[in-house]
Order: sequence, then C-alpha cells, then structure tokens
Amino acid sequence: MQFMLLFSRQGKLRLQKWYVPLSDKEKKKITRELVQTVLARKPKMCSFLEWRDLKIVYKRYASLYFCCAIEDQDNELITLEIIHRYVELLDKYFGSVCELDIIFNFEKAYFILDEFLLGGEAQETSKKNVLKAIEQADLLQESQTEDWGGLANDEIL
Amino acid sequence: MPAVSKGDGMRGLAVFISDIRNCKSKEAEIKRINKELANIRSKFKGDKALDGYSKKKYVCKLLFIFLLGHDIDFGHMEAVNLLSSNKYTEKQIGYLFISVLVNSNSELIRLINNAIKNDLSSRNPTFMCLALHCIANVGSREMAEAFAGEIPRILVAGDTMDSVKQSAALCLLRLYKTSPDLVLMGEWTSRVVHLLNDQHMGVVTAAISLITCLSQKNPDEFKTCVSLAVSRLSRIVSSASTDLQDYTYYFVPAPWLSCKLLRLLQCYPPPEDGAVKGRLVECLETILNKAQEPPKSKKVQHSNAKNAILFEAIALIIHYDSEPNLLVRACNQLGQFLQHRETNLRYLALESMCTLASSEFSHEAVKTHIETVINALKTERDVSVRQRAADLLYAMCDRSNAKQIVAEMLSYLETADYSIREEMVLKVAILAEKYAVDYSWYVDTILNLIRIAGDYVSEEVWYRVIQIVINRDDVQGYAAKTVFEALQAPACHENMVKVGGYILGEFGNLIAGDPRSSPLVQFNLLHSKFHLCSVPTRALLLSAYIKFINLFPETKSTIQEVLRCDSQIRNSDVELQQRAVEYLKLSSIASTDVLATVLEEMPPFPERESSILAKLKKKKGPGAVSAGELEEGKREGGEVNGAERPGDNAAIAASNASTPSPSADLLGLRSAAPVSAAPVSAGSLLVDVFSEAGPAASTAGVNDDGFLSCSSALSSAPPSVVSEDPAPPLPESDELLNKFVCKNNGVLFENQLLQIGIKSEYRQNLGKLPNTLRNIVLLIFIALLNEILLNVQLKPVDPLVEGGAQVQQVINIECLSDFSDAPLLNIKFRYGGALQNLSLKLPVTINKFFQPTEMSSHDFFQRWKQLSQPQQEAQKIFKANHPMDTEVLKAKLLGLGTALLDNVDPNPENFVCAGVIQTKAQQIGCLLRLEPNAQAQMYRLTLRSSKDTVAKRLCELLSEQF
Repeated sequence: MQFMLLFSRQGKLRLQKWYVPLSDKEKKKITRELVQTVLARKPKMCSFLEWRDLKIVYKRYASLYFCCAIEDQDNELITLEIIHRYVELLDKYFGSVCELDIIFNFEKAYFILDEFLLGGEAQETSKKNVLKAIEQADLLQESQTEDWGGLANDEIL
Repeated sequence: MPAVSKGDGMRGLAVFISDIRNCKSKEAEIKRINKELANIRSKFKGDKALDGYSKKKYVCKLLFIFLLGHDIDFGHMEAVNLLSSNKYTEKQIGYLFISVLVNSNSELIRLINNAIKNDLSSRNPTFMCLALHCIANVGSREMAEAFAGEIPRILVAGDTMDSVKQSAALCLLRLYKTSPDLVLMGEWTSRVVHLLNDQHMGVVTAAISLITCLSQKNPDEFKTCVSLAVSRLSRIVSSASTDLQDYTYYFVPAPWLSCKLLRLLQCYPPPEDGAVKGRLVECLETILNKAQEPPKSKKVQHSNAKNAILFEAIALIIHYDSEPNLLVRACNQLGQFLQHRETNLRYLALESMCTLASSEFSHEAVKTHIETVINALKTERDVSVRQRAADLLYAMCDRSNAKQIVAEMLSYLETADYSIREEMVLKVAILAEKYAVDYSWYVDTILNLIRIAGDYVSEEVWYRVIQIVINRDDVQGYAAKTVFEALQAPACHENMVKVGGYILGEFGNLIAGDPRSSPLVQFNLLHSKFHLCSVPTRALLLSAYIKFINLFPETKSTIQEVLRCDSQIRNSDVELQQRAVEYLKLSSIASTDVLATVLEEMPPFPERESSILAKLKKKKGPGAVSAGELEEGKREGGEVNGAERPGDNAAIAASNASTPSPSADLLGLRSAAPVSAAPVSAGSLLVDVFSEAGPAASTAGVNDDGFLSCSSALSSAPPSVVSEDPAPPLPESDELLNKFVCKNNGVLFENQLLQIGIKSEYRQNLGKLPNTLRNIVLLIFIALLNEILLNVQLKPVDPLVEGGAQVQQVINIECLSDFSDAPLLNIKFRYGGALQNLSLKLPVTINKFFQPTEMSSHDFFQRWKQLSQPQQEAQKIFKANHPMDTEVLKAKLLGLGTALLDNVDPNPENFVCAGVIQTKAQQIGCLLRLEPNAQAQMYRLTLRSSKDTVAKRLCELLSEQF
C-alpha cells in the first residue's frame, strides 16, 4: 500500500498515512485530486478505480471515506477488508466510533493504524492482538497519569 | 467532546480542537491557529522549563495544526526531547510527531537516531516497537544507515517478543524498499525464510511481506521459501474455519496470510518438486471448489475475503500458465462473476479475464463470454467497469471475432464517456488494422472513427490509415471513393478533411472516371471545406491541389486561380503563403514531366511498428498491453517511429523540388530536358551537372549495354561533353564512396571552394514504372564556402552563382542490371579565371537497390543451402576498423538496405541479413552473415547471392565498413 487517506463527505482530511516518500506539496496535490475523484462517484459504483498508475480502493462508512492506494499487483478485495478491519478496530476501541472520535483523538487513530499496518503491509491482522497492544499502552498511560498529580513540576530534561 | 476518555485526555488539546471546529470561516480558523502558534512559541521559548505533559500537549497541538494542512516550522526539538522521556505517553507523541513531520535537519536526525538506538536496546518491547514503528514510518536513508545492520538481528533473535519481530520485519521491508544497498540479508537469509514456519500467525503475516519483496529481487537466495509457503498454505486452506481462532475473518481462515502466500509463489515458476507441486495444485483446486460452496455468512466481508483468495489463486494459475485444466476452471469461475450482482466482482472478473485472454490455453474459453462482455460495455452504470469491459474486448479480439468487437466498440463510442474515448479510438484503430482481412473494411472503420469521434482521433490514427492506403494498391480506389462520399456530409470533422485531402490528392484519379466525382467535382468538394479548416489542414489541402494539377491538367486554371487569390498568396501565415507561391510558380513554369516527377505518387512507407500501438503503450504503460504486442515492440526497437508524418512528407517532397531559390532557374528548370539517358560505357557514367541541356533533349532511349541509366530531372550530359575532358576521379573518391555504402545522407566532398552534400531517397516505384525498378533521387547541395563567383561553363542558365548559395540537382537513377563501378560525377566551373574540373564517384552502389526481405529461420537456411555453389559465395575475414558496438553494427547493416533477421543464427552474437536487389533485368537475392569475434577484433563476412558478381562486390564493399 502506498498511502491511506480518511476524509469526510465534505472533503475534510481526517487522517493521512504515507508509506512512500513524497514531498508535502505532492501529498497535498494527491489528496486534493483523490478526494475530488472519490467524492464525485455515485453510491452504487464499484469500490476500485484506476488512478495514475495506482489502484484506488475506497469505501464509505457513515460520513467518512476510507481510501487506500495500492500497486498494480496488489489485491483489491483484501485491501477492502483491510479498511474494514481498521474500522472494526476503531469501533471496538472507541465503542461505536464516529467521525468526532477520530477528530478529537486523532493521535489514537494513528497509533491503532501503526499497530495494524506498518510500512503499508499488514502487521497484525488479529483484532484481539492489536487491541491488546493498544490497551497495554493505555494502561501505561493511566498509571503514569496518576503519577502526574504529584509530579506536576517534574523536570524531565 | 466525545465521551471517550481512554488514556489521558489532554484537555487543552480538546478545547483547541473544539475552537477550530467552531470557527465559522477559514479566516477565523487561521486567526485562531496563529494565536495558538504564538502561544506555543512563547511557551517553548519561555524561561520556565515546561513539564513533560505540557510539552506533549503543545507538540500534539502542533501536529494537529500540521494535519489541518498548515506549515509547521518549529517544535521539532521539543518532540525529540519527548523521545527520551521515560513516560510512554510522552515518548509516543514524540515519535508520532517525528513520523509525520520528519525534518532532514542533520543535527536533529542524529538526536532522533540516538533516542531510537536507546529504545531499541532497552529490551522493553513496547519501547522497541515504538522505535521500530518510527523507523518504518520515516524510512529515510540516514535511518537505514544507522539501523539496517541491527534490525535483522532483532528479527531473528530467539528471545525477541513476537510483536517486536512483527515490527522488525516490516521495518526492515521499508528500509529495503528505500535503500536496498544497505540492507544485507546474507547470513540471516535462511532464518528469515524460516519465519514462514513460525508458530505465531502474526509473525508469519508480517514476515511474508518482507520475504516476498526480497524474493522478487533475489529469487535464487530465497527459493527455499517455495516449499515452506506451499505447506503453510496447504495447512490454512485445509483448516476448519475455527482452527485459526482470531486469524479467522468472517469464517475465512487467515485471508491476508493466504493472499500473501499466493502472492509470494507468483515470484517463482511452478515448483519442480513433484510432491510440492501436487500439494499446491491441490490447494488451488480446493480454493476453486470453495468458490462453489454456499457462503458461510451473508456478510460481504465473508465473500470479499473468500474471493480475495480466489482472485489471488487465479493470478497464480495465470502466472504459471501451464495447467490448462486450472486455467479453464478459472475462466469459468470468472465467467460466473461477470454476471454477479456485486459491481466489485464484475469489475475484478473483467480485469482478471483480460490476462487470461492472453494465455493460449484459456483464450478460447474467454471468448465464449463475448456476449456478456459486450452487454457489460453497454449496460454497466459505472464508467470504470465499462472501461474494463472495453479492455477485455480488446484482449479477447482475434481474427474470428474482430468484426463483431470492432462494430460493438464503434457503436459504444457514440455514447462513450469522454474520459475513455481517446483510448477506445486507439484500440479500435489497432484492432481494425491488426485483424483486417480486407482493407476496405479497415478504411471504413477508420473513417467511421473519424465520423463518430473525430476529436479523439489523434494524428497517429489518421497518419496510419494513410500509410496503409499508400502501401496497399488494392484499397486505394475504394479509399478514394469512400472519402469522397464521406466528404459529402454537410459537416464533417477536420480530420476527415485531412484524410480526404491526402487521399484524393494521391488517388483521386482512380475515381475521376465517374462524372459524379470528376476532377472538378472533387476539387470543389475539398475546397468547400477549406475555409473552415485550421492552418495545417489548409496547408495539406494546398499540397493536394498541386497534386491535382498533376493528376488532372484540366483543373490547372481553376486551381491556379485559387492559389493566386490574395487570401492564399498573401496569407498572413508564412507556411500557407509559401506553399501558395511555390505551388503557383511550380504549376506555371514546370513542364508536365517535371511536374509528374516532383508530384509523383508517394512511395510506400517503410513497414514498422504501428504508431498507434506505440501511442497506446505510452498512454497505458506496458502493463496494459498484451505480451505479444510487447514482444513486437521490443523487436521493433521500442521507440516509435511510425510517427512518420504523411502530411509533412507531401510538403517536403513537393517543396524540395520547388525551393524558390534562384538556382532553380539557374539550372535551367524552365528548359529542362525530359528523362534522358546517358550512354554508359564500362559501367561508369559521367554526369556533368552543369552542362548545357542541349542535345540531351533527344529522348535517347536506355542504352541496352549500360548497367545504369541515369536521368536527371534537369539535364544530363550529352556524350560529346562527357568525352571532352572529364578529370580522372579524385584519388580519395573510392574512400568517399565507402562512406556512403551504409548511409544515404551526408557530405560527399568538401574543399575551400565548395561542398557537395548528398541526400538520397531510394524508393520502389508503384505507379508508372514496373515494380522491379527503383528510383534514386540525389539532391546535391553545392554550397560555396567563400566569397567567390562561380562561372558555370555553359549557358543558358544564369552563369553566376553567388558565394554561399546552394544549388540543387536532382538525379534519377534506375538500375538496369547489376554493376560494380559507381557512376562518376563531373563538375566543371570557373573560379578566378581558372577552370576547375572535379570528378567524384557518385555514392551509388549496388546495395542501394536492396529491398529488405523478412524471412523465418527455416526459410533462410533453405535458401542458404540452395546457394551452395562455390561461385555463389564470397567470404572475407578482416580486422575491425571500428569499435565492435552491436548497436552500431545493426545500424550499419540496416543502412545497407537489407533486413536484419533476428533469431536465425543460433549464435546471438552473429548477424544475419537478407535482401533482394531490384534491377530491371532481374531480381538478385542476397543472404549475408557477419560473425564478429570480439576477442580477436576480427570479423568473418559471408555473402551468398544468386549472382556471383553481386556476392563479390557486396563482400568488397562491406569489408570496408566495420
């Protein structure tokens, strides 16, 4: 996978993950073009399209579009299910995920994605294992949050 | 605020995000952001050291601002500081910031790498994973340099946690993709391959991506993965849906891993080990069988996951292309999908069938679905699906169904989406040409294309139809009739006018017998379109008009009137004006014979790769073109050249001869003698370019004893002049001659007084002369280099040539019989009072009359054997005079005029050529073999010919060339 974009029906970008080195300018251009292309498509159309020399796989969940760019040799259907599994992970973590969860907890959305996909490839496809990793991290955070009360002025550096 | 408060909510961040969301306008948003940036900047710069939490919060705000699309140019240092925090939450935000906003600041990179190094060696798996994620996300060269050595160790170490192994595998993959030179697997290779056997499915899933990528680059080193992959796949495929617990996805066991395993196997040929292969075939059969079983769930996720594996299995079957049974089953399965209610499946089935169509085993099976595919083209609501259907029709097309497919594509074009029209046009044009049984169908198809989608018919397409019509005399009359009819339409596309103009200009005579398409009617029809056309089209029409004057003398006055009117002769466009002036002049001063020569029918175009095919390739990239065509492309040498531009050619051919330089008159164009042949003795011929036309006008028939008859369009030497005092040829003239054996253009001779350039066109005549004859047009440019005056010896031409002027002389030469000696060119002029007398050999050698002959290896050897008498062979072994560069050799052999035959000689280093020399007396077949020996820097050249003198002469000529 070359990149993944999440954007709203209004075309607002909610998450972007790039697995190939591109300049910021290129990223913006690609995003603009793709958001436009995908939003222009009608509901019953197929989820795949050719775009430049890549294949775009996208799916809409409520108000959010999930859109992946894969290479010629990559499998469209399994990519569609990568999207679905990511949505399941978000859903499980946030409990009925909605767009607002991703806006306000964008860093969490990135952390979950990194546990699931790394370098554009599936790292761990088991829902249980991904969530376990995230929850462990949260536990670490919570125990540390409690520490904070007493260490408000703690100088780390 | 959402209800979620997992982990630590950063209140300040949430408030900021809410503020941004509440902004009513873009301006308000920018204002709020600038305020926040100023605040953060002052906090970072402030005297009071920030605690970790605040630092994390501000870095997170910066990240949010960046993700909104604003530029962030500070905060990197604070993020790097967070990396070395021992609090997970701070470290995590630090890494996220670095991953998203990496900066190439070298000082920073050093600090980041340092922090990563610490985390990697921390033995804390969560920290190690964070560090590995960061490397994988950034993937920069600096990181590869720092960590490419360390990560393989982590990946294969026995005590590494599974989750860390997973991250390490994909981290390494990312580094390998960016800096393959830095990732050296070497000693780790076999241990990495054995990760395919790992107990943990997650480890296998991650590792297989790495192994696949490495296998693509180093298939031999990783080939042990094949049997491991097959057994893993076999275990998954045969497992019950519950066996794999959490790796089962909607009742499908390990779909991601299955797809990746099938993908990995596509890096290799079918397994050689019979047992492994048997097991794999069994897997593939099971996958195909499962597709027929009733679904275990109605959820789309179930069928998607199942079908993802199925498509990957079909891709592998197509990749092997060796199991007819599986290929046909795959095709049938895809056939079912063609009518599936899921658009996605129809799309993928069409796509996958496209590749099946190119396999000989399944081509026929694919063809049985033609009606469904045509229906898809007509009824699919999604343009991307229709595009796939069009691609598939193109792929499944062959001689048996070409007419149907082309007809369907044409009718689809009428309503096709604009986005795919140009490609459709190209495809129709290619199919029509490739599978044309009769060329009238081809012409009809292309003209229909122009009628239906004229705007999308690129130049290549209409150039091509003209090339084909010119090259095939059986279709010319039909083409003329059809364009004439097409032009009757009240509104026709400009491309139609171009084709019409060109074809009527060349072949209008073929339909002129019918009073309904008499010359004047044709002209008036074309001219009625003239004023609506763009400049290039009008230029083409003007060329058509001058051709009309030649074809139909009765149209001369009408056309001259058109050329003479102000809108032409004073046209503000230089090209149009020049053509009008030149054509008008040409039509009024040139005799009919000169006109006939200058405006002769265009010679056939050299056969080469179809320019439109090349265009399609360029448009779609190589992936889109079937294997056969690609090979074709390779054989032809890729870059195209079918981009022969007939439109221009006409102009060049016409304008070369009508260049309005005073020298044209100077050379006596007005009193030009018609074809006249100089008698030839002893095989050499003197052409005195500047001699008086005089007695040459006597239509001295071809001298039967001569080998060559040389006819100049302007004048040629009467015998008396020749015998007068021709200088002996220059001593270097043989050497000069040798330079032109393999090329046609260049400077023949140069001294301080003049320069003689040669531009030759060797063409086979189609029209007036029998096919066995060739015309050679030599254009001699004589440029006087210094400020001198040239006194041409004989009048009636203008006796003075200004210094720096150019004089053109056109000589037509036809080969009557084979010859060894080149004709002599004798130039006499007076300079500074002294008579200059210069004799050169005209670079006309026997090979100039070659017509290339393509033949198969079998035919070649059969003919080679037939020419086995000793005198039919000439052989020479000689030392290389030039570097032995294959491409240069090829170019030279092609320049020789023969066809260069691939795959004939079993030794690929050798070159084999074949050609036929066309003379009036006979056709002389020649076969050539050149064997370079790079070590000895020697060549062995062997020629066999039906005529011994020819073999000998060619051998002599060629041995000087390499």
